[in-house]
Amino acid sequence: MVDVALHGGAAVTAEVESRSRVLGRLRLTDAAFRNLTRAAALAVLAILGGVMLSLVSGALPALREFGFNFLIEERWNPVTEKFGAIAPIYGTVVTSFIAMLIAVPVGLMIAMFLTELCPMRLRRPIGIAIELLAGIPSIIYGIWGLFVFAPFLQQYVQPALIAAFGEIPILSTLFAGPPYGIGVLTAGLILAIMVLPFITSISRDVFDAVPPMLKESAYGLGCTTWEVIRYVVLPYTRVGVIGGIMLGLGRALGETMAVTFVIGNAHKISGSILAPGTTISATIANEFTEAVGDLYTSALIALGLILFVITFIVLAFARYMLLRIEKRIG
Amino acid sequence: MHAFAVAALSAFIAAPAGAADISGAGATFPYPIYAKWADAYKKETGVGLNYQSIGSGGGIKQIKAKTVTFGASDAPLPGKELDESGLAQFPMVMGGIVPVVNLEGVKPGDLTLDGPTLARIFLGEIKSWDDPAIAKLNAGVKLPKQAIAIVHRSDGSGTTYNFAYYLGDVSPEWKSKVGVNTALEWPAGIGAKGNEGVANNVANTKGSIGYVEYAYAKQNKLTYTKMINKDGKTVAPTAAAFQAAAANANWKSQPGYGVILANQPGAESWPMTAATWILLYKKPQDAASTAEALKFFAWSYAKGGKMAEELDYVPMPANVVKDVQNTWASEVKDASGKSLYAVMN
Repeated sequence: MVDVALHGGAAVTAEVESRSRVLGRLRLTDAAFRNLTRAAALAVLAILGGVMLSLVSGALPALREFGFNFLIEERWNPVTEKFGAIAPIYGTVVTSFIAMLIAVPVGLMIAMFLTELCPMRLRRPIGIAIELLAGIPSIIYGIWGLFVFAPFLQQYVQPALIAAFGEIPILSTLFAGPPYGIGVLTAGLILAIMVLPFITSISRDVFDAVPPMLKESAYGLGCTTWEVIRYVVLPYTRVGVIGGIMLGLGRALGETMAVTFVIGNAHKISGSILAPGTTISATIANEFTEAVGDLYTSALIALGLILFVITFIVLAFARYMLLRIEKRIG
Repeated sequence: MHAFAVAALSAFIAAPAGAADISGAGATFPYPIYAKWADAYKKETGVGLNYQSIGSGGGIKQIKAKTVTFGASDAPLPGKELDESGLAQFPMVMGGIVPVVNLEGVKPGDLTLDGPTLARIFLGEIKSWDDPAIAKLNAGVKLPKQAIAIVHRSDGSGTTYNFAYYLGDVSPEWKSKVGVNTALEWPAGIGAKGNEGVANNVANTKGSIGYVEYAYAKQNKLTYTKMINKDGKTVAPTAAAFQAAAANANWKSQPGYGVILANQPGAESWPMTAATWILLYKKPQDAASTAEALKFFAWSYAKGGKMAEELDYVPMPANVVKDVQNTWASEVKDASGKSLYAVMN
């Protein structure tokens, strides 16, 4: 009897022990997992901080030398070591602006067509074509831009633009010749093609996520397709769409290879978008390998820092806009 | 003989089976020929060359940081800089730079230019092809009333350095306004990336003028111009004309053979000839790999001439090679002061 009781007690304690062992093990793996994920998250912050620090320290000699003038000076003379960043900053902003001007409406229209109006049979091929556009490496866009697209613009499009706007006061400056084929407009157009798939595919995915119930209710009330998109789909998916646009804009601001091929790489600000210009990343890519001398190298790193800051401002602005929209909706 | 034994011995000690590769970095202009030489050399000796063509500026940075055995640069370092950093410098191979144009009805070699006119075109002062300055040099050529579209390099390049050096040599205005460097503040025109970019833009743009390595002009069948050289003679860009410029140069006049071959005297000389240089340490930390590198360079001088000509480069004249090898023997030494190169006579 006693034996049995003893045995029973032993069995119970053994079971408790083994259970606490198992639980302890689970607790340990849980803690390990938590720390691992936390370390990964912190590593991102550390890397970002490291990039920031090294950019700032690399840019210091140039910033000390030129001070605030670096941001407003147009000269970029490696011989006399006088550097100013306004031409590449201007080129970066203008080419991205042109790209967005074209890619946002076109991209949204493609996404609307694919989700609301496209016959089922066409949906997959068009969708796959868009995904493929995103998969083309930028160097290919650059080569295609230089060998095919720029000569085409030079022969057919630019002369027509120059002729068409030749008489109108402001536009005549904007489209002043000669038609080189490569220049700010060409770079903007290539960028538009490059960011289009990002905007389209993200918009399409979020449009698809709109509950059918909402759309059907609107149709039931007698809304047209346009009204459904305008008053139901777009408000519902605003955050996703803006996210997609920002992703595209980020890509456009930083794109290097394709732009270098077709922008003309001239450190000048010109009133005409047919004229050659340059962007921050194109300048760095072009000149970094041959930059002899500390000040020259430092000026290029300072350009990189400026691009970092511009990208940061754009992202921050997007976040802020989203917050405002959320607040307004309540 | 003794020095040779040491060199051979040190090479042996440092290079067991599967000899270590020679590492180098720098200029893009000689990359095709260095790659071709390395390929043939590896077949013959089993020693490979790992050359990164990252640009002259990059090559200078890398050799100063001692991450490679040798650096390669299209722009020579001045004597002071060589002395400060303890580097030896010598020319390896040469090429020519040619102006290329795109004009209706004008074939390669039809158009003739001289230095001052070329400088004024690239300064943006001569704006049209029918300008009297160009017409005066080209009595028989029908020149259109067409705007000149200038195409220059956008990336830093030794080609630009040599081209600008020539323009600065013939035009005081160029020297004071623009100057000489691997990258410049161009007064006019568009920038294209690499020789291939300039070649392509000139081929596509009517009324354009650019400058490229001779090989690119030849391969892309571009319309090159003739030039009037320092002696006042009209010359076409040919290997013989590049060689004439090199033969007439006084290589000993500059430390580290840093002679720019632009605007050399001589009736046959092409005025825009350019050499490319190798940089290595006179007292290297890794004596064995430097000795290996010198062996490779000696082999290239001796056996690489024909390969260079196949790729439209110009090999160094024999007398210069002899001088360079004597310099190696007397200047490049290991830690104990033994020469790393033995002259073979």
